[in-house]
Amino acid sequence: MAEMVTLTIDGIEVKAPVGSTVLDAAKSAGIKIPTLCFLKEINEIGACRMCVVDTGARSLQAACVYPVSEGLKVVTNSPAVREARKVTLELILSNHERKCLSCVRSNNCELQQLAKDLNIEDIRFDGETYDFCVDDASPSIVRDPNKCVLCRRCVSMCKNIQGVAAIETMERGFKTIVSSPFNMSLNDVPCVNCGQCITVCPVGALKEKDDTQKVWDAIANKELHVVVQTAPAVRVAIAEEFGNPVGSRATGKMVTALRKLGFDKVFDTDTAADLTIMEEGTELLGRIQNGGKLPVITSCSPGWIKYCEHNYPEFLENLSSCKSPQNMFGAVLKSYYADKMEIDPKKMFVVSVMPCTAKKFEVQRPELGTDCYSDVDVSITTRELARMIKEAGIDFNNLEETHFDDPMGDATGAAVIFGATGGVMEAALRTVADILDNTDHAEIEYKAVRGVEGIKEAEVEMGGMKVKAAVAHGLGNAKKLLDKIKAGEAEYHFVEIMACPGGCVNGGGQPIQPATVRNEVDLRAERAKAIYVEDESLPIRKSHKNEKMMKLYEEYFEKPGSHKAHKYLHTHYVARENYPDDCSEGCC
Amino acid sequence: MQIYRSHILVCGGTGCTASKSLEIISELESHINANSLQNEVKVVKTGCFGLCEKGPILVIYPEGATYVTVAPSDVKEIVEEHLVKGRIVKRLLPKDAKLAEVVTSLDKVDFFARQMRIALRNCGVINPEVIDEYIACDGYKALGKVLTEMKPADVIAEIKKSGLRGRGGGGFPTGVKWELASKPVADQKYVCCNADEGDPGAFMDRSVLEGDPHSVIEAMAIAGYAIGASQGYIYIRAEYPIAVERLQIAIKQAKEYGLLGKNIFDSDFSFDLELRLGAGAFVCGEETALMTSIEGKRGEPRPRPPFPANEGLWRKPTVLNNVETYANIPSIINNGADWFASIGTEKSKGTKVFAIGGKINNTGLVEIPMGTTLREVVYDIGGGIPNGKKFKAAQTGGPSGGCIPAQLIDTPIDYDTLIQLGSMMGSGGLIVMDEDNCMVDIAKFFLEFTVDESCGKCPPCRIGTKRMYEILERITEGKGEESDIEKLEILAKNIKASALCGLGQTAPNPILSTLKYFRDEYDAHIKDKKCPAGVCKSLLKFVIDADKCKGCSLCQRKCPTNAISGEIKKPYVIDQDKCIKCGACMDACKFKAIEKKA
Amino acid sequence: MKSLAELAAIREKALKEISLRQSNDGYKIIVGMATCGIAAGARPVMNSFVEELKKRNLTNATVSMTGCVGVCRLEPMVEVIAPDGEKTTYVKMSPEMVEKIVVEHIVNGKPVKEYTIGNADN
Repeated sequence: MAEMVTLTIDGIEVKAPVGSTVLDAAKSAGIKIPTLCFLKEINEIGACRMCVVDTGARSLQAACVYPVSEGLKVVTNSPAVREARKVTLELILSNHERKCLSCVRSNNCELQQLAKDLNIEDIRFDGETYDFCVDDASPSIVRDPNKCVLCRRCVSMCKNIQGVAAIETMERGFKTIVSSPFNMSLNDVPCVNCGQCITVCPVGALKEKDDTQKVWDAIANKELHVVVQTAPAVRVAIAEEFGNPVGSRATGKMVTALRKLGFDKVFDTDTAADLTIMEEGTELLGRIQNGGKLPVITSCSPGWIKYCEHNYPEFLENLSSCKSPQNMFGAVLKSYYADKMEIDPKKMFVVSVMPCTAKKFEVQRPELGTDCYSDVDVSITTRELARMIKEAGIDFNNLEETHFDDPMGDATGAAVIFGATGGVMEAALRTVADILDNTDHAEIEYKAVRGVEGIKEAEVEMGGMKVKAAVAHGLGNAKKLLDKIKAGEAEYHFVEIMACPGGCVNGGGQPIQPATVRNEVDLRAERAKAIYVEDESLPIRKSHKNEKMMKLYEEYFEKPGSHKAHKYLHTHYVARENYPDDCSEGCC
Repeated sequence: MQIYRSHILVCGGTGCTASKSLEIISELESHINANSLQNEVKVVKTGCFGLCEKGPILVIYPEGATYVTVAPSDVKEIVEEHLVKGRIVKRLLPKDAKLAEVVTSLDKVDFFARQMRIALRNCGVINPEVIDEYIACDGYKALGKVLTEMKPADVIAEIKKSGLRGRGGGGFPTGVKWELASKPVADQKYVCCNADEGDPGAFMDRSVLEGDPHSVIEAMAIAGYAIGASQGYIYIRAEYPIAVERLQIAIKQAKEYGLLGKNIFDSDFSFDLELRLGAGAFVCGEETALMTSIEGKRGEPRPRPPFPANEGLWRKPTVLNNVETYANIPSIINNGADWFASIGTEKSKGTKVFAIGGKINNTGLVEIPMGTTLREVVYDIGGGIPNGKKFKAAQTGGPSGGCIPAQLIDTPIDYDTLIQLGSMMGSGGLIVMDEDNCMVDIAKFFLEFTVDESCGKCPPCRIGTKRMYEILERITEGKGEESDIEKLEILAKNIKASALCGLGQTAPNPILSTLKYFRDEYDAHIKDKKCPAGVCKSLLKFVIDADKCKGCSLCQRKCPTNAISGEIKKPYVIDQDKCIKCGACMDACKFKAIEKKA
Repeated sequence: MKSLAELAAIREKALKEISLRQSNDGYKIIVGMATCGIAAGARPVMNSFVEELKKRNLTNATVSMTGCVGVCRLEPMVEVIAPDGEKTTYVKMSPEMVEKIVVEHIVNGKPVKEYTIGNADN
């Protein structure tokens, strides 16, 4: 039990643990202090001055970083405090591109909410405003500095949590801007497109590249057979966009909505996740038995892949050669499914709905497809799908629940848990243990690899050997783990890395929850819970028991790791320079 | 050791270096050689003497004859007359403005006679690149005393008793600061020196580092002993190359002498020192920003608490003092706290160095006891206002400070009085303004500085100072509205209250203090669209007086925008639409026919 | 640096070097160094004074120069000003006379009467 101190906030006596802040203490006393830059455990820098309170010091103090102390007297609601917050907010608004009506974040904007909460009627201090150009060269992320409020949550996320540092605060004073080195486009710097910056942005300064029009156009094109696949993390998050609490499952409604949007077929990416387990599991067993490169590191997360290519080229050989489930699925659709349905793959249009902005980059990778077509044509995020549903006038919450289409709509619980950190590992262990022990294990829940701890390790006995596994989520944790492996301080057989903290459920393409929610609810944990409930609800929970998929091998790919499987289901990686000489000039 | 009969001290400070003092040194050496005096006369490059207005300065001992505004071409005469024949070169001696009398020695000039040099005690006296000269002037005696005779708590008690307060701006009691940092138990503590002097016009820290770097090194070691730190950092702006070089030399010499390093004076105390060069951001003078910068990050302040005494550099207990504060420490230890406390006023002890500039005859550096009045500084030491103009106000504390108007000229200068008047001590810049200065324009000047130097972290400073600047710009352009004053006041009040660091919190001071004392000038700009001092160009008109104009056409030829027209021998006229108010015509006119009208 | 004594030793040594910038309260030895004085041999006289002071570790006296005093026939002339302002003028100086002046006048405070201007022209 932490040592407690007693302080007074607005005349109320509050007990708070030593080391906590005035903001925490006020919350416990039911006093709401407005915040903007503050994001618990991610950005605690006291920069925006929205949370100022009177502590009796010469100037007002930022409650979000002001430590409690015995006998401290705090006033959070005095004319001086209210005026200071209001003036600061007016100043921020005076340099904010206030095109709220056409902003992607309208109604989900923390600045807008603050203006409402603080009763801003007029902006008294108008003056010069930012006139930066918008960086939209990246296939994944659009950066609009004119809307930026310099809260620095994105910088903190990119630099401190992800360890990528593709964006930084640059210049000084009124010219301060969050930008990439040398003002280059995000497309030209070692940005991995994870989109975590977007999910922490309180305003519309960072958003995904909107590809919904491409999807609408494809659906409207009668020549095309338009197929959609959805990743497991989408179904446990999309309902949030329609006012439901974090962690609501909406698989059936989502499928119905997709059908209503006009897709010819609605498939489940999970089918390919099962396929991934078969291919990756085979690869792992092969490398263990034949003395191949270990550990095998998962390759499902395109943000992680690009990070590895930029920063750890020495680990490229460790990466599983399996395509990500998204692309595996696209390849299956345009080969096996096209054959079976007698559709010209060139006339097929595969859309993926992903919790991820990096998938937009991934679908463009030249090696993922054949000369004639890409595995996947367009990848949209959970948020974009929600916008399409709203635009189409579909009443999501009142939809009936339907099931994915055949033949690519059946998946196992093992595939569903791909959406949470540790899920790929657990799914692989379920299958590999059965194969090595040549049995059907009943104990299939590997809890050691679940949860939000940054790096998780497990040692599992199977087939007379100890399989050592490690799981990292968030690239900052990945870096720690890789450095440990590189230094020879740890040895593993199998490593799962997901770029986003918490894995895909907390991907850069998922619904954006404001700080007021994020500071209270662990999105990673709540959405993951829904994933595991879905896993438990499914009759089959091991990938190798997926009959539809086994049929796929029978009919088409022969067996895992076959020549044909390699042609369609595997890929290769390239080392990337961080700042190549020929990258384009700065945008502004 | 070679004994010379004569030493020539040449100022090698930045100011004199810029006016060719290094060239003077090489001229001296060649003429001394030509006259075979190299074994009799020694040339010594020193730090700043302080009287920069009259630089380059050269002092010849043992006579103590001081030559001012010396040009390289004067050197031959100085060598041949003074060194060879022993005749003082009178024409190069300083003239006392008040007595209009030629005096031989600097000590007799009012500028120096009224000063009291503690921090600057060795500047212009010793060769800063020779540690022996510092030691000869009691250098490192204080460190020796502290390490052999005093306990850390004694040192802190002595500094507390002396009443020394931080000379960098805030005026926090130095001894208390040390005491706070001495308390936490930590595996590592740090002593830092703020040599990131950034107030426009202030250069006392540079002078100390250029003229007496060892005094800072010695003081930092003393501070290290007092708080239990074994590592120090001097954060110095890279724009001070001479100071950087001398510090490097001084640190190297101190290490060679074992005055830095392990077991100094055979005690258990070890202390090492490193330089860190800053890129010259004003905000890096703020203590937390400075430490953030030393850590290799973007130089930005962080919220306090935690205070540096508990969590400073790399989150370890840290003491940070500025250069001038440190320069006082050895004298306090050597002469005793009581001696120091006997100087100055009740709450402001000792002396303060000021950089006097602006509309004043003797610009330069002066060190005066606290409590000296502004009048003494301006008239007795500074030699008054040039061209018989009237004193209007003095600005202290740089961009964080404010103005002291003429009616308060008898104000004693100390920390608390200045705060009371809405200004502050700051690092000691003192800019004198006369009747030709527009106070709105002055406020705008300082705001422009703050806008440029804001780090951009918090909105009140980043956007608020910009908005205040825009309003001032509007007012000086004659586009001000009556509501602008109210807006300025609202912004000023709230930026003071809510900005993250001292830079932002004090940024409104120049506006608040000019509004307080010179509200009428703001009103004149806004209501009458007039600039009483005739500074704000948009509110001025250049007009040719037809009666005085002889029609010589000179102004027409000088005008860069062809705004002047007329016929020879007839009065010319200025097209106000084309006129850019550069004043070239007025300067050119031989008949004083062109007037500036408000 | 091991001890205060070590520091004091350095200080003593260095002080000699820079003492002439500080001790304005000691003896001033002023050598006439105009053309007439130099021609009559003032420079070796001045150098002898500097040498002599150094040899005896004397820091209470400085050597400087002045121009023509006007009595050129008595050159080389040297004026010694005591700390109390008392002036003594030595005339027709030679390097050999320097040691005696330093020992008797500078060290012991007794002017060397036989070399002074009062004894000239006998």
